Amino acid sequence: MDAFLAEYTPIVVFMLLAIGLGLILLLAAAVLAVRNPDPEKVSAYESGFNAFDDARMKFNVRFYLVSILFIIFDLEVAFLFPWAVAFGEISMAAFWSMMVFLGVLTVGFAYEWKKGALDWE
Amino acid sequence: MSAAFTLILSVWLIAALLVAAGVFTWVERRGLGFLQERLGPNRVGPFGFFQWIADTVKLLFKADEVPPDGDALTFRLAPALAATPVLVGFAVVAFAPGWAISALDIGVIFILAMLALTVYAMVLGAWASRNRYAMLGGLRAAAQMLSYEAFFGLSLMGVVMLAGSMSLGQIVAAQEGLWFVVQQPLGAALFTIAGIAAAHRLPFDLQESEQDLVAGFMTEYSGMGFALFFLGEYLAILLVSALAVTLFFGGWLGPWLPAPVWFGLKVGALALAFVWIRAILPRPRYDQLVAFAWKWALPLALANLLVTGAVVVLGGSA
Repeated sequence: MDAFLAEYTPIVVFMLLAIGLGLILLLAAAVLAVRNPDPEKVSAYESGFNAFDDARMKFNVRFYLVSILFIIFDLEVAFLFPWAVAFGEISMAAFWSMMVFLGVLTVGFAYEWKKGALDWE
Repeated sequence: MSAAFTLILSVWLIAALLVAAGVFTWVERRGLGFLQERLGPNRVGPFGFFQWIADTVKLLFKADEVPPDGDALTFRLAPALAATPVLVGFAVVAFAPGWAISALDIGVIFILAMLALTVYAMVLGAWASRNRYAMLGGLRAAAQMLSYEAFFGLSLMGVVMLAGSMSLGQIVAAQEGLWFVVQQPLGAALFTIAGIAAAHRLPFDLQESEQDLVAGFMTEYSGMGFALFFLGEYLAILLVSALAVTLFFGGWLGPWLPAPVWFGLKVGALALAFVWIRAILPRPRYDQLVAFAWKWALPLALANLLVTGAVVVLGGSA
C-alpha cells in the first residue's frame, strides 16, 4: 500500500496541476479575449454558404467496423503486456499457450481480411 | 520524496514543458522555412525567436465564439482535454537515473494511455462544433487513432520482453550494453510510425488536412481553444520522442556529458526528425492510411513479437 501511494501520489499532484493550468488558461481567455459576436461571424463555417442541413449527418459504417476490430486487438495487447514483462522467468508451457492464443487470433484476422472487412471502398 | 518537494518539482517541470513546446513551435516554423527555401518568422527578436511569445499573447486576446448550434460547455472544455493528458504523461518520464516525478512500474502503459486520451478532445471538439468539416475531421481522428493504436502497443512489446519491465527507468538501465534499436529495428520503425500517428502529425494528420477539410476538427476554434489544441500536439511530439528515446535509443545513456543533457539532446534530435518528416512526406489517402495500419503494420508487429519471443526462448537468455 505504501509503495502504491508513493508511486501514485505525485502523479495525482501533477495531474491536478495540469488540469488547473488548462482551466486557468481557458478562464484567462474568457476574461481577456475580445467578445464581439455577430450572427454572420459565429455561424458554422461551410465554405461561405449558409449551412445546408444539420452537420451531424449519417456516416460510413466503415468507421464503426474499424472500432470493432480495434476492440479485439487492443484486448489482445492488454493481455500480452503482463506476459511480456514476465517473459524472462516464464515456463515453456506459458510460452506455447500464448502462441496458441496468438494462432487463434491470426486465423480470425486472416478470415476478416479474406471477407474484405479491412478494405475501405 | 516529501509532498512539498513533489509540488515544486511538478510546477518546474510543467513550466519547462510549456517553454519547450513554445520554443519548438518556433524551431518548427524556422525549420520548415529553411526546408522550403523561405524565411519563416524573423521579425520578433533575434531570428524571430520571440515569435512564440507574441503568438501566445495574440491567441489569449483573440475572440473565440461558440457556433450558435454548438454545444457550448463541451466546445469550451475539449481543448483543455487535448493538452492536459499529454502533460500528465510526462509525470513518469525518466530524465536521468531517479529523475522522474514518479518512477511508476507500468510507465509505458501510462504514457500510451495518456496519449490515447487526446483523441477524445478531437472527437468531442468536433461534435460540439456542429460543423460539417469538423464532423468529418472528428470521424477521421477516431478511426485513425483506433487503427494505429492497435499496433502501437504491439510494436514496443519486444522491448518490454527484452527488458523484462515496463518501468522507463529499468528499460533504460537494460540498454547499458546495447541500445534496443539494434535488437528491435522493425519494432523501432513501427513504433515511430504509430508515434507520429498518435501525435497527429503529417503525414498522419488527415483529421485536419487543410486542403480538403479546411482545418478538420478545429475549423471552428480560434483563440485559446486553438492554442490548447496546438499545445497538445507539440507536447505530444515531445512525449513520443521521449518515449522513443527511452525505449530504443538508450535514454540518458551516453559518454562524457551528464545524463539529463544526453536525454535532452536525443529528444531534441528526434523532435527535429518529426519536422523533417513533415517537410518531405506527402499525405496518404484515407483508405490507404487505414489499410496500411491493418494490412501491413499490424501483421509485421505480430511477426516481430513472435520472432523476438522465439529468439529469447531458444537463446535461453532474457
